[in-house]
Amino acid sequence: MGLMLQHVDKIVGREVHLKDIDLHFAPGSRNVILGRTLAGKTSLLRIMAGLDRPTQGRLLVDGRDVIGMSVRKRSLAMVYQQFINYPSLTIYDNIASPLKLAGLNKSEIDRRVRDTAAMLHIDDLLFRLPAELSGGQQQRTAIARALVKESQLLLLDEPLVNLDYKLREELRVELQQIFALRKATIVVYTTTEPAEALMLGGNIVIMDEGRVLQAGPTPEVFRHPATTRVAEIFSDPPINFIQGRAEAGQALLGPAIRLPFSSHMAHLPAGPYTFGVRCNHLSLQSTSPEAVAIGARVDLCEINGSETFIHVRYGDTRLVVQKTGVHHFKIGSSITVYVHPCHLFVYDAEGQLAAAPDHTGRA
Amino acid sequence: MARIDMQEVAHSYRPKTQTLHEYALKRIHMTWEDGGAYALLGPSGCGKTTLLNIISGLLKPSQGKVLYDGGDVTGLPPEQRNIAQVFQFPVLYDTMSVFDNLAFPLRNRGVTADRIRQRVREVAEMLDLDSVLNKKAAGLSADAKQKISLGRGLVRSDVAAILFDEPLTVIDPHLKWQLRRKLKEIHERFHLTMIYVTHDQVEAMTFADTIVVMYEGEVVQVGTPEELYEMPKHKFVGYFIGSPGMNFLPCTLEGLFARVNGTMIPLDERTANLARRASGKLELGIRPMHLELHAQAVADAFPVGILTVEDQGASRIVTLALNGQMVRARVPEEHLVPQQKAWLRFPPEKTRLFADGRLVE
Amino acid sequence: MEKWENNKAWFLVLPVFLIVAFSAIIPLMTVVNYSVQDIFGPGNAVFVGTEWFEEVLRDTRLHDALGRQFLFSGLVLLIEIPLGILVALAMPKRGWGVSASLITLALPLLIPWNVIGTIWIIFTRPDIGLFGVAVNGLDLLSVPFDHTARPIYAWITLMAMEVWHWTPLVALLCYAGLRAIPEAYYQAAKIDGASALAVFRYIQLPKMRGVLTIAVLLRFMDSFLIYAEPFALTGGGPGNTTTFLSIYLVKIAVGQFDLGPAAAFSLIYFLIVLLLSFIFYQVLLNVGKGEKR
Repeated sequence: MGLMLQHVDKIVGREVHLKDIDLHFAPGSRNVILGRTLAGKTSLLRIMAGLDRPTQGRLLVDGRDVIGMSVRKRSLAMVYQQFINYPSLTIYDNIASPLKLAGLNKSEIDRRVRDTAAMLHIDDLLFRLPAELSGGQQQRTAIARALVKESQLLLLDEPLVNLDYKLREELRVELQQIFALRKATIVVYTTTEPAEALMLGGNIVIMDEGRVLQAGPTPEVFRHPATTRVAEIFSDPPINFIQGRAEAGQALLGPAIRLPFSSHMAHLPAGPYTFGVRCNHLSLQSTSPEAVAIGARVDLCEINGSETFIHVRYGDTRLVVQKTGVHHFKIGSSITVYVHPCHLFVYDAEGQLAAAPDHTGRA
Repeated sequence: MARIDMQEVAHSYRPKTQTLHEYALKRIHMTWEDGGAYALLGPSGCGKTTLLNIISGLLKPSQGKVLYDGGDVTGLPPEQRNIAQVFQFPVLYDTMSVFDNLAFPLRNRGVTADRIRQRVREVAEMLDLDSVLNKKAAGLSADAKQKISLGRGLVRSDVAAILFDEPLTVIDPHLKWQLRRKLKEIHERFHLTMIYVTHDQVEAMTFADTIVVMYEGEVVQVGTPEELYEMPKHKFVGYFIGSPGMNFLPCTLEGLFARVNGTMIPLDERTANLARRASGKLELGIRPMHLELHAQAVADAFPVGILTVEDQGASRIVTLALNGQMVRARVPEEHLVPQQKAWLRFPPEKTRLFADGRLVE
Repeated sequence: MEKWENNKAWFLVLPVFLIVAFSAIIPLMTVVNYSVQDIFGPGNAVFVGTEWFEEVLRDTRLHDALGRQFLFSGLVLLIEIPLGILVALAMPKRGWGVSASLITLALPLLIPWNVIGTIWIIFTRPDIGLFGVAVNGLDLLSVPFDHTARPIYAWITLMAMEVWHWTPLVALLCYAGLRAIPEAYYQAAKIDGASALAVFRYIQLPKMRGVLTIAVLLRFMDSFLIYAEPFALTGGGPGNTTTFLSIYLVKIAVGQFDLGPAAAFSLIYFLIVLLLSFIFYQVLLNVGKGEKR
């Protein structure tokens, strides 16, 4: 049941846009497709919507192949990056348009338009035109229009990317609550931002260069990124990698740093590895005797209002350290960064996950 | 280089303005110190670009004076103010080479060819443009173009200040931090007065030593990034800086406590004393990252219901109900979030009070 | 986008195809047909091969007309393009002046072409025309001004009319090009201390390249095909001094009813215009490319 993609390829000219996509979206599931720009997210969404036909493969809705079926006959709604509304229709008529096409009676349309508008906090703007609204309100209208017809499939293609970050923050929270109300709808939401993916929860599909790298429950994938590339895509700022070796119960990071194995690394055979650590797990204070100091130099401090991201350089390795609050460090000054072995992701020479930090004992 | 004073500056785009509401800028009175790195931060339509254009001389304010090093320049056009400006989109002379682009401001001022060559080489080297000096400017990438715009400002040794109007808008995300670094380096090397307009808190707080936050045509706070974070002087600053923004809870003052829906939240003495003298509608403000969430009852903590938990990877945002009042707290990854019920503590040293939207002082 | 289930969409192109066929391709084919036959009457035609083409190419009157045509089009471009740019630069940027100047400029473009000829005949008449009477009143010319009197007078009148008629088009195009330049460019130039001339040379002119290409092409093609105005004003005279290509063509086709040579002439004429437009277009395009690199 639900929506299923089987061996889907999409090749335009000689360029591979999608390769061998096998995915299943269950009814009522929340799904995020995470990937950088040009990863194939939009191509995949367009195939699911029926706007494009795959070069190969099948698209099944409730077990029935729908490739070739007209988009109009499918039960789906889509929200785009750009704020797309009918410019000459009022907000009310914009939201009502899918219902009018469906031939609902007036009182039913009115009820549903007002309910949906209230849900998105645009109920006092119903009789204005899109051009009279702010960007955030225009996108709220587009989202309301997609939600109002209660379709089986709701596709959102980076819907918040063109909004200011404060609006993005607010709408993210609201969207999550709205999706929770739609028990039967399959929601597929694409984004480039790990934080957005984590907030929406549900399942995640990590895409890169037209392929699915990993799929699964979002927190699970976040805690166990299967390859170095997944770890890179699913961390913001990108996860720190340090090349090193494992030998005799110790991890060697770069030329000079030795760490004792933490319990999750106990099974590692000796050999070269890439060690990954997320920036919030590097700290400027030693938190335990096992933590090891790395002497580095400050490149820049980026401050997002509540956190400071300190870009540092350790030999040829660039690292980013996250510290809560607002802090300043002079460019070029020396700094000591501590890393605890229990936070290390370990990847083998092929970039496959060999060990991930334990998260037992977490809620 | 210069110190820039703005005396009682106000501006309206309409010729005959009656009400205060119609002003794009409402009474700005402040000083930009010589050699300072400033950011002008605010949402779109707050008047920040208007203010920038008044500083540069592209706009003459309806009221007030602009002084450079004490001299009145209010009526002077930009070319007589020795100012440089970098715009949102790269502004280049498409038909000229990179060298000619950089040399242009000097040639217009009649500088000798030798001196021009020397200055252009210095600036190009600093901005890593030396390898493209002989190329046409039009074919370069967006970040190189923005560097050329910046270079045209730096090439003049006499600039009083360099102004930036959201200069990183068109730059790819992974190149942004390199350019930010470059700007910081240039500031540390030359101690130029730099004013950077943006709506992005990351850019403002990363670049500037002092941030001027604007909201609806007014300067609501001038301070260091730390001050904006710890001591927002206006509700808007609390909301705009930090993610998620500050919690605001309507309250009344009772001795050393703020009463929120019957919950008595302790305050530090200074805040309580200041609030006693303040008038207007009182609100308690606290940042989500400053709230403490406990699994068991601890001193001064209040029982709360947990409504939702949003996982952000490095932290979680927990939405709580405190006596029917919604509060959001941010909990680091390694802390446990209890199920359903928890105790919430407001550290008094981080708890602020606002009267009519402004921090009690 | 890509191919979908069926090819029904192609039927939507059919009406346009039919219209183009009837309006352009079929008439052109008729002309080709005429150009290779000698037609004595209905159903009475002889195939003559390239004979008409050879005859036309040897025709010295046609050579003269072609030379005249080049001189005319060249003068038109030399005067109208710079003048159009100047007018556009002088136009107000905001306020009521914008609509006022736009309407004033558009007026000559709204008048039917042969009416323009008539207006100028009256305007320059030595007995009642405002211009004719005024100039002759000054009594500076050895031969009193009358566009039928001397070839130079005919040319002056014709050029004045042409410039009056079509410079507004160039000006409007340039104005649109100028308005599309973001304000930041002017602001940057001010800050860089650029003079007005430098602003024109390095900002306005490069940014107007696109519209100037269109203006040059339009004005070249239009002036090269000019017919109605000189026909109304001078009828090709005095003598043949203002007989341009299309006037000469009509003389052959309608005046002498030599359909064969006229058809051959038409085809050659068509090819010249096509070739020159192509050259202009390529040159202007490559000027742009060279500067982008």
